[in-house]
Amino acid sequence: MGETIFTRNRSVPIFIGALALLAIGVTILSEAYGTGALSVSFTKVLGMTLCLCLAALAMDLVWGYCGILSLGHFAFFGLGGYVIGMWLMTARTEAVIRANLEGRPLPPTEVEVSEATALQIFSVVGAEDWPWMWAASDNLALSLVLILLVPGALALVFGWLAFRSRVTGVYLSILTQAMTLALSLYLFQNDTGLRGNNGLSGLQNIPGAEGIGQDRISIWFFWASALALGLAYLGAAWLVSGKFGNIVRGVRDDELRVRFLGYPVEVYKLVIFTLSAMICGVAGALYYPQAGIINPDEIAPIASIYLAVWVAIGGRGRLYGAVLGAALVSLLSTYFTSGRAPDVELGFYRIEWVDWWPVLLGLGFVLVTLFAPKGLAGLVDFVVRKDRT
Amino acid sequence: MIRSFVAAIAGALFLAVAAHKSEAQGPETGALQTILQENADLVANASRQTVQEVLDVLVASDLPEVPDFLATWNTRELYQRQSDGLFVYVEDPDADPLTLLDISTGEVVGTATSREVDQLRPNRGVQGVIAATLVQFRLTSDDPEDRLAALASIESDPEESHLALLRDLVETEEDGRVRRRAEALLPALVIAFADADEPRVEAIRSLAGNVSLSARATLNPLLSTQVRISEALPEGENIARELRPGTDALSREDAYAMLVEDGLATPLIPRRTRADTLAANIVDGAAGGVPVETLNTEEARDRAYATLVEAGQADPAPTEAEIDAALDAHVFYEVYREDSAAVTDAARATLDGIETRVAFYRFLDLSLDGLSLASIYFLAAIGLAITFGVMGVINMAHGEFIMLGAYTGYVVQSVVANETLSIAIAIPLAFAVTFAAGVAMERLVIRWLYHRPLETLLATFGISIALQQIIRLIFGALTQPLSPPDWLAGSVSLNDVVSISSIRIAIFLLGAVFFVLLWLILNRTRLGLEVRAVTQNPKMAASMGINPDRINMLTFGLGSGIAGIAGVAIGLFAQVVPDLGQNYIVQSFMTVVVGGVGNIFGTLVGAFMIGSLQKAIEFMNPSNTLAAQTYMILFVILFIQFRPRGIIALRGRAAGD
Repeated sequence: MGETIFTRNRSVPIFIGALALLAIGVTILSEAYGTGALSVSFTKVLGMTLCLCLAALAMDLVWGYCGILSLGHFAFFGLGGYVIGMWLMTARTEAVIRANLEGRPLPPTEVEVSEATALQIFSVVGAEDWPWMWAASDNLALSLVLILLVPGALALVFGWLAFRSRVTGVYLSILTQAMTLALSLYLFQNDTGLRGNNGLSGLQNIPGAEGIGQDRISIWFFWASALALGLAYLGAAWLVSGKFGNIVRGVRDDELRVRFLGYPVEVYKLVIFTLSAMICGVAGALYYPQAGIINPDEIAPIASIYLAVWVAIGGRGRLYGAVLGAALVSLLSTYFTSGRAPDVELGFYRIEWVDWWPVLLGLGFVLVTLFAPKGLAGLVDFVVRKDRT
Repeated sequence: MIRSFVAAIAGALFLAVAAHKSEAQGPETGALQTILQENADLVANASRQTVQEVLDVLVASDLPEVPDFLATWNTRELYQRQSDGLFVYVEDPDADPLTLLDISTGEVVGTATSREVDQLRPNRGVQGVIAATLVQFRLTSDDPEDRLAALASIESDPEESHLALLRDLVETEEDGRVRRRAEALLPALVIAFADADEPRVEAIRSLAGNVSLSARATLNPLLSTQVRISEALPEGENIARELRPGTDALSREDAYAMLVEDGLATPLIPRRTRADTLAANIVDGAAGGVPVETLNTEEARDRAYATLVEAGQADPAPTEAEIDAALDAHVFYEVYREDSAAVTDAARATLDGIETRVAFYRFLDLSLDGLSLASIYFLAAIGLAITFGVMGVINMAHGEFIMLGAYTGYVVQSVVANETLSIAIAIPLAFAVTFAAGVAMERLVIRWLYHRPLETLLATFGISIALQQIIRLIFGALTQPLSPPDWLAGSVSLNDVVSISSIRIAIFLLGAVFFVLLWLILNRTRLGLEVRAVTQNPKMAASMGINPDRINMLTFGLGSGIAGIAGVAIGLFAQVVPDLGQNYIVQSFMTVVVGGVGNIFGTLVGAFMIGSLQKAIEFMNPSNTLAAQTYMILFVILFIQFRPRGIIALRGRAAGD
């Protein structure tokens, strides 16, 4: 008695507390429920950042704890987004179609509504029939389940294939990168049923919430993102601090020895890889309704590399490091590339941050890798006594 | 001859009178003008029936300027002066006043406003007759080039009158080139215009095995068909085949729609029409006795519509049984547009033979395509085969080295205009630039990370995005030109099916040269020996007096330098943009992994496999490169499951672990 996750992992109470404070602070400053100091778009940026933090947390689980550097995690993120996007788009378009058919002398039949909706959604790629993968798009409950199942199933199949044949290290990284590239190329095609490079759009319009302004919707999604991040953090901390966590860390440090000790290494890897993919799916499903649009570009390999880099900059194998890294780098990127940062006048040259930020970011990666292998969270070790694993 | 002599005298007399009337008219009028004045009314108001007469006179005159005159007349650029009826050309039809030119000598004969002259506008029929005469003229010209030009115009726009001309030409022609051209052209005209079946069939047979596009374009129209309907298969028509409704060739719906179109069956009632009919028959909030609010299911609408039909207020929809009966009562068949069965049979047989050959050549062409794609992949991956394959360094900036090479080529070309020379300078320079960049990167970053391979990946990724952005800042994000020399711009073609662009051949050769060179360096030189030693066991190598630092640096530089040269080659056919390298990096890694890490022979095999596979998939699913890439990557992922160490796996100590 007495030993709970809060006492075993001291970062948990601090993290949950900080997240709660952030949520309260944002609510007080929000347009919908507070002073209005934070604009709707900035609230959305914060909410999306929390989703990215959630993805980074999932990444830390596989990379920081299990040593699998996945360069394809954005595939799972994007799949989550596509699944919820299909429901959002179908429900929204159907509502619009029904409103349009209102004036007709006869009430519309289901077939008419369905055909008109399909035409509306797919005419942009020259099709008019529902592709098979949209079968669940008219059912919210099923879509919500699929947010977990679709990325999970992909991770399960891919992981089973890869771990079974003992593809490890760099080869696994390249394989995961190939996976996300294949998925994005697949989605780029117009005839595969997800509207090609048009992607799914208008996702910020939540069906059934037509009368509610974006100011309130944005803060609701922020809360949902914060809640998801908090729960995932709690769950991840619980998972890695038990026996499961120890074995997984053992796999990271010496896979062969763990295997010789009799543990089914593949099963452990598969479980954590699939779990991580599901968390990523949830993150994506929360992210894209705030972003409003998803297209195959989001799944391109470079996005997943960035995710890995965030985790590396934040510091691997300590959960809060990944979250901090993702939050810091993505917020800084937003700040510098949105043109809000003041340009630096050097007299002979004018440094415009929009242009120079990627250079700075790239060199930053190099410096962090070379001089701070533990990432920014390594700084925490200077403050806290080294009495934790 | 006598006739033209008489004509000339008559013309001269006429002109003497005309000259007398008008002071501006010079006495030295050409013979052509004379003939025209003689037939002035036929020229000015030419009609299809009468124009042949004046054309015959012109042909008979044998004057050298007649072809030009006919061409000008035909394109409606001939004018007639109103004051004296003189036929003239004008210098610039848009000028005002117009400068009038003599039709024989081209000398200026005066000026006139556009109201003082009439432009002669022969109608289509007349134009056709003139064009035919013109072809005849050109075919009998003394200059073989003229005759070739005439044949080209026949080929692009054949007419029945050409057939006889062409036959004569084949008989009499002495110039080999012209005769071959004419002989090649003859079957198409015979097939199109000959009256009897026999020469046509013979002409068709003469095309056997001819894979050129024109041969297929000649034969295909002979086999074009149209679908007809009747109660029973008719006799005496050239029927291609009978179609049964409900098969792939003719769906049940299409068949019924054809019956409806021909008025042989009652139309189906589309859902939309049914809804409109119901809406038009709403009485007291109900249509067909069914309340409107409940008409939101298909079943309810069917019921309401049936009631309307019974009441005679709507057209009945045919039942399934009626549709079947209507389909059964009729025969659907395809009939050739060509009436003669002998001709269509011969065309079918000949075309089948041609298609078989074409399929073979397609396969050959596809193999060449695959080979060329493979050499591009090989070129992009070979530098990586050294840095990643031999040294085990994951260099995500490899693509940026390719990009740097391409930009070096662009910079050289903007200084040195001559393409051949600039490429010759760019290749060693690109090697130097990327060699230096590679060495600098190895010294500054990579050598600290040899024990942490996954982190090399992150650091080099950082370098990759920084390099991309720096290039973007210097050169802008737009595509920069890097053009190949003229002698690489064309393509080599075996026939109309198989062709390959010269640049691809050059890339293939470059890839082959690289492979041989690298193989020699790695296996036959001191450096290669030391590289292999350091790769296998750095400590042991060091104790043998090899400096591992120096070897690592040189090896990495070599791999990077080769990427630079590959960049120049790739830049010649791809677009030179800052993110050029991104398109190659993932494929390059896959090439190396599939081939087998640690030896460049594996990379060669890997590139060959990936390239030919992608082309093969593209062949099965044409016009979809994206799909081909998707399936190719999926295949690679699966392939790695079964051969995790690649096609050519190193064994024993060389394997390194």
